[in-house]
Amino acid sequence: MFSGRLEAQYSDSRQQSETAQLGMWVFIATEVLFFGALVFSYFIYRFTYPEQFALAGHDSFILLGSVNQAILITSSLTMVLATRAAKADQQRALVLLLSATVALGLAFLGVKGYEYAKDVAAHSVPVIDYVFKPGYRRPTEIFWCFYFVATGLHALHLTIGIVLVALLAVRAAQGAFSPSYDAPLEVVGLYWSFVDTVWFFLFACIYPLGRAG
Amino acid sequence: MSATTAGLPARHPESQSESYLGDEHSLGSWLFTRDHKRIAILFFASITFFFFIGGAAAALIRLHLVNPYGTLLQPEVYNRMFTMHGIVMVWFFLIPSIPATLGNFLIPLMIGARDLAFPRLNLFSWYLFTLSGFIALYFIFIGGDDTGWTFYEPYSSNFANGHVIAAAVAVFINGFSTIATALNFVVTTHKLRAPGMTWFRLPLFVWAIYATSIVMLLATPVLAMTLALVGIERLWGVGIFNPALGGDPILFQHMFWFYSHPAVYIMVLPAMGVVSELVACFARRPVFGYRGMCYALISIAVIGFFVWGHHMFTAGISLTSAVVFSLMSFIVAVPSAIKVFNWTATLHNARISFDAPMLYALGFVGLFTIGGLTGLVLATLSADIHLQDTYFVVAHFHFIMVGGTVSAYFGGLHYWWSKITGRHYPEMWGRYAAILMFVGFNLTFFPQFILGYLGMPRRYYTYAPDLQTWNVLSSAGASILAAAYLLPLGYLTWSLFFGKRARANPWGATGLEWRTSSPPPAHNFPHTPTVTERPYRYDPRDGSFTTQDGAHFAEPAGLGLGLGAADV
Repeated sequence: MFSGRLEAQYSDSRQQSETAQLGMWVFIATEVLFFGALVFSYFIYRFTYPEQFALAGHDSFILLGSVNQAILITSSLTMVLATRAAKADQQRALVLLLSATVALGLAFLGVKGYEYAKDVAAHSVPVIDYVFKPGYRRPTEIFWCFYFVATGLHALHLTIGIVLVALLAVRAAQGAFSPSYDAPLEVVGLYWSFVDTVWFFLFACIYPLGRAG
Repeated sequence: MSATTAGLPARHPESQSESYLGDEHSLGSWLFTRDHKRIAILFFASITFFFFIGGAAAALIRLHLVNPYGTLLQPEVYNRMFTMHGIVMVWFFLIPSIPATLGNFLIPLMIGARDLAFPRLNLFSWYLFTLSGFIALYFIFIGGDDTGWTFYEPYSSNFANGHVIAAAVAVFINGFSTIATALNFVVTTHKLRAPGMTWFRLPLFVWAIYATSIVMLLATPVLAMTLALVGIERLWGVGIFNPALGGDPILFQHMFWFYSHPAVYIMVLPAMGVVSELVACFARRPVFGYRGMCYALISIAVIGFFVWGHHMFTAGISLTSAVVFSLMSFIVAVPSAIKVFNWTATLHNARISFDAPMLYALGFVGLFTIGGLTGLVLATLSADIHLQDTYFVVAHFHFIMVGGTVSAYFGGLHYWWSKITGRHYPEMWGRYAAILMFVGFNLTFFPQFILGYLGMPRRYYTYAPDLQTWNVLSSAGASILAAAYLLPLGYLTWSLFFGKRARANPWGATGLEWRTSSPPPAHNFPHTPTVTERPYRYDPRDGSFTTQDGAHFAEPAGLGLGLGAADV
């Protein structure tokens, strides 16, 4: 994926690049359905148990969620600027912007880890360490179950993204990319934006919608 | 017959090393190959293995049901046996069957490409499949799982005694293999078509695999998420689907069938593609209503996403949604019926050659029609109350899956066998097996319609003694069917070593896959072909044909006499 060599099944590098991008779009389509199934079932329970979900939602840390939202939006910006830098042949800016994207991704994971630690301290881990406060019933535990599954899967996707962008940064430092060859940047950029978009939906479900009502 | 009547000159034995099979012989050259044709062979080996594992489970079930009091298997073992049969046959045979083997082999050849778009991803897909296969074997050997292939909640999370998580992990990983293959097919069809290969010049097999891949891409991730939630629930005891803990078991059924109903179309659409190729070639006529066939495939793929509720009529969904799902199920039958009528119209007044692939294809058309029509009976709300969870349902979907898909799979395997291996299978044995399979199949499954109508529930290890006659008939049919499946295993293996060598185009067919040698060289074509013709340009008057790259040939001698193989 990161080698600029033309593979046997393509007639030119433009076809190869377009094919790689279409491949990522198709992959994103399957990912939409993957996370879509989770968000859909979250909403089923959100409508079945509105009061209980509101109670549980109040125990989530909206400040940390919002900070992470800001971090990821910024990382999308640096990723897009990196792609643009490659098109303009600004090699130094390209390496810096990719490194910034990696740093922002790691910052997100750091904040998320801190948030998990606070969740554990607040006894919000289903089954393993969950304390029902007065008025809390079973559905609050389901809320936290969705919280950990959804944010965990998102963190896994983001970790993969960080590794990919870091690899791109190394290749960029070696001068691998040019205005005529930037397909890997486009493909990984699509993936990065998708992972950010997933967080938009998870953020909305968990923090504001979780505590509304 | 002269060697030039049907395309390229015969391949000389000494030039065999130019084929994809002869290039290298080491194990590593297979395990690390990126050639779509070799990967197709790897998949073929894997799914053949699982076909016989799943078949063995089916054989034990039928043997057990000879006696109404069921003395052969313990009740728990019986439950594990039908679960294993379902899981293995659905995910480890039927879903990958035609796409991962014939699709992998033929899609690049048919569109005039040198390989699939992402060869490494293609190989990775086989490794994922193999990994999931090992996990499946592991869960079978440590004692299996008794939930049925449907993993219904809350039984699967709280009450099942078997190894539900191992089974779910196997299916979960298997799903990623499916997605990887489907992604490759979609992108390849969009981007790697040869010059002149427009969408409406694509063979119907390519259309069918394309439609199937779309369904795989959009349905499989939902199954992955559903099984992940089941696994989490079973592991930690949270109540996502368990009503005792606030969960909703009906939600599980919705999510499961959102995948598993479209999965039926994943299994049968490729078979329709194969049959379209076969019917046109052996009737020596263009497929009737080619564009209608394309639109029908896409319609089935799309409408198939909105009928899942017909599996849940008696599960407690509202009458409104039941009526809507019933209506949608009737609507999805329309494009399927269009396809059956078009195949029939293609055969009308044609000079049909009854070679083995055609016998399988004709078997498909008849059995699929019965399977489809009984589907309408089940989609009728009032009738479903009576027939839900009886052997009528079992017979219905086996007519589609086994009578339909497996017949077409064997038909395609025989049709393209010479292209894949460079050798001919023995024609008379092929016909004999095709007829035996048809007879065995009908004897096995037709009595099950009657059993279901009489009220025999599925998945019970005993039944009322007065139903024994029909059960014995069904089990007798199953033994014939087993013999019919073992036959090709024998003579196809034999043909690998002793079969007559094949020319490029022994059937006189029009697709691009026949415009390269048998077996094809590593990158398929010496030169990328240019497509000038629509597919299936068979002339019904004199049997001559024009290939998609514009070459015209006289009728191939020997077709219809079983000599196509013999005199080469």
